[in-house]
Amino acid sequence: MLQTVTTIVLIMMSISIFICFIRVVKGPTMSDRVVALDTIGINLIGFIGILMIIQKTVAYSEVILVIAIIAFIGSIAFAKFIEGGVVLDRDRR
Amino acid sequence: MKTNYLMLHTITRVVSFIILSFSIFLFFAGHNNPGGGFIGGLMTASALLLLYVSFDIKKIRKVIPFNYPVIIAVGLLITIITGLNSLLFGDPFLTQYFEYYNVPILGEIELTTALPFDLGIYLVVVAIALLIILTIAEDDS
Repeated sequence: MLQTVTTIVLIMMSISIFICFIRVVKGPTMSDRVVALDTIGINLIGFIGILMIIQKTVAYSEVILVIAIIAFIGSIAFAKFIEGGVVLDRDRR
Repeated sequence: MKTNYLMLHTITRVVSFIILSFSIFLFFAGHNNPGGGFIGGLMTASALLLLYVSFDIKKIRKVIPFNYPVIIAVGLLITIITGLNSLLFGDPFLTQYFEYYNVPILGEIELTTALPFDLGIYLVVVAIALLIILTIAEDDS
């Protein structure tokens, strides 16, 4: 039972990641692409979580945390780039 | 229009310390579990990079006054000395030793010579990642 449910969920999450990828490629504005990239990261976290349920292990929990941190910092850097044009500013008054 | 970074500063002050403690956990989980010097160093570099992105370079230079090329040299020296240590006992280069000790509070812990080797790798990775990013970022204007 659990095997069937997790397999169906994995297929649906891969379709979701593919749809987000289409939005990244053809998104009309820059903000659409950034939100789609962030959603791909969150989908990856759920994907690995379901993989941990299937394999009955906790070995991938560090992977989930690392992906979450990298996606967070990437989103902040993109947001600052859209807002002001520079990511690392030298001297802010 | 002057932008206001109040939310970003407030989140950064909390999240950067969470990432730093997670990087220390990854560093000490190494060589028996997933973890080690390389990924711990990358996590520390990302925590410091979050500080650099949130505040400006000049302010963080004053808070963290490290000279990154010197840190690269120190890390490489630690790594080489740990490798040369095994030559004194007649074993090949980079042989690792481990021993189990009983510590009063922590119980039985494992002490290895792979830990100072990992410390050297950690310092090299942190310093190289931040040095490359800051050099690229300072290139404009």
